[in-house]
Amino acid sequence: MTIPRFWREIPIRYNLMGSKCPLCGTVFFPPKEICKICRRVSIDQMIHEKLSGRGTILTHTTVHEAPTDFESQVPYYLAIIELDEGPSVLGQIADCTNGDLAIGKRVHSVFRRVSEDGVSGTIHYGYKFVLDHSR
Amino acid sequence: MNSGIVSYGAYIPFYRIDPESIGRQWGRNGADVGKALGVKMKSVPAQDEDAATMAVEASRCALKRAGIHPQDIGAIFVGSESHPYAVKPTATIVGEALEATPGLMAADMEFACKAGTAGMQNSMGLVMSKMVKYALAIGTDTAQGAPGNALEYTAAAGAAAFIIGLENTIATINHTVSFTTDTPDFWRRGGMKYPSHGGRFTGQPAYFRHVVSCGKELFSLAGTAPEDYQFAVFHQPNSKFPSKAGKMLGFSQQQLSEGLIVKEIGNTYSAASMIGLASVLDNANPGDRILLVSYGSGAGADGFDITVTPGIETFRKGINKTIREWISNYQLVDYGTYAKNLKKYKMEGE
Repeated sequence: MTIPRFWREIPIRYNLMGSKCPLCGTVFFPPKEICKICRRVSIDQMIHEKLSGRGTILTHTTVHEAPTDFESQVPYYLAIIELDEGPSVLGQIADCTNGDLAIGKRVHSVFRRVSEDGVSGTIHYGYKFVLDHSR
Repeated sequence: MNSGIVSYGAYIPFYRIDPESIGRQWGRNGADVGKALGVKMKSVPAQDEDAATMAVEASRCALKRAGIHPQDIGAIFVGSESHPYAVKPTATIVGEALEATPGLMAADMEFACKAGTAGMQNSMGLVMSKMVKYALAIGTDTAQGAPGNALEYTAAAGAAAFIIGLENTIATINHTVSFTTDTPDFWRRGGMKYPSHGGRFTGQPAYFRHVVSCGKELFSLAGTAPEDYQFAVFHQPNSKFPSKAGKMLGFSQQQLSEGLIVKEIGNTYSAASMIGLASVLDNANPGDRILLVSYGSGAGADGFDITVTPGIETFRKGINKTIREWISNYQLVDYGTYAKNLKKYKMEGE
């Protein structure tokens, strides 16, 4: 990942900063410049909306064959999480085993290392999730 | 006007390793080593945790508990000897994650295991001079011990964050004093992965001289005696050192027990005495007096004379997880997982 791209996305990655359409109230994550429901009348109207990081697992999977940067973490767990504000987000579930996960379980976001640009490059911090009952 | 603690938060990783598992790897009786050190297990960071992530979690907890707006934080000090970058501040990562940027001063502190309390002293100066409304002092470490070294049995991971201010305090810091000398008991040279230490030299001329001298200085400054305190917290590289230092200063085991968390999670370095203080504050009552003495190799000790205010009672209702709850929530891992998580293996291409 290029440094400028990571830097631009810091509010999204660190604080789950989404956007909200003030016309219909729909919340988007990642943030959108235009509401997909209200369309052009929402241009320049969208407001920043920080998400709570709390949500429910819609579905989950276990990764055994990972991209190079994530090989040391296998097996690791990904889930699509429906956030309480509405949007769904793909995220890694940390500090758990496959047996801990189930559709419908509650999670909350945590601040973790997500990847790094080699041993001498920058570290990419961001959100992951943990199960409510475990952490 | 005295400054004080407005809020605090802590973070302890989910994973633990016991001395038996470490000893088994190196042909030693780990149970005996653990017993001698007074350590049942130590915390182990996950692969995706480091000093910055733990600092963020502890700080978010502190901010949430007191309902402080992050933009009111005027300074952040992150004390650690395991900053993720050699050059690039951890404090800026924390500041951004808390949404406290850009109008604040941010700096990383280093002084072995007392870098966090050095941040508390800096914070006190800034709020008392009214340069900032609130300052955030953090102690955070993912401590490293060389494979097979005695440090492996205790070097642990954790973080604690204290928000210092003038108003709405839950504990007043009446006095602070430091005792500092050039004593090479423990060090890590630039570019080296693991620290070195002077073995038994880390004891009498280093830890005990500094901690006990600092404690006595504090008694003198505050005009107090051990019996004036309900709690005493010391830096805790193992269970024996703080117990002995407490005894040398005239404290009973009862005064020490609430703040002695090394038995359950090991030595969290910069966070050790601060998590101990957090544990005490979880249980203290208005009017209780606390003596805190940290220790950092190299060497120095920071002493604090603290009185709990009535504000603690309302504040406590906002605590969703006590230190004892953090401690009791864990999963044991084997030596291989521990070594992988702490990047003790050199991978291909590194």
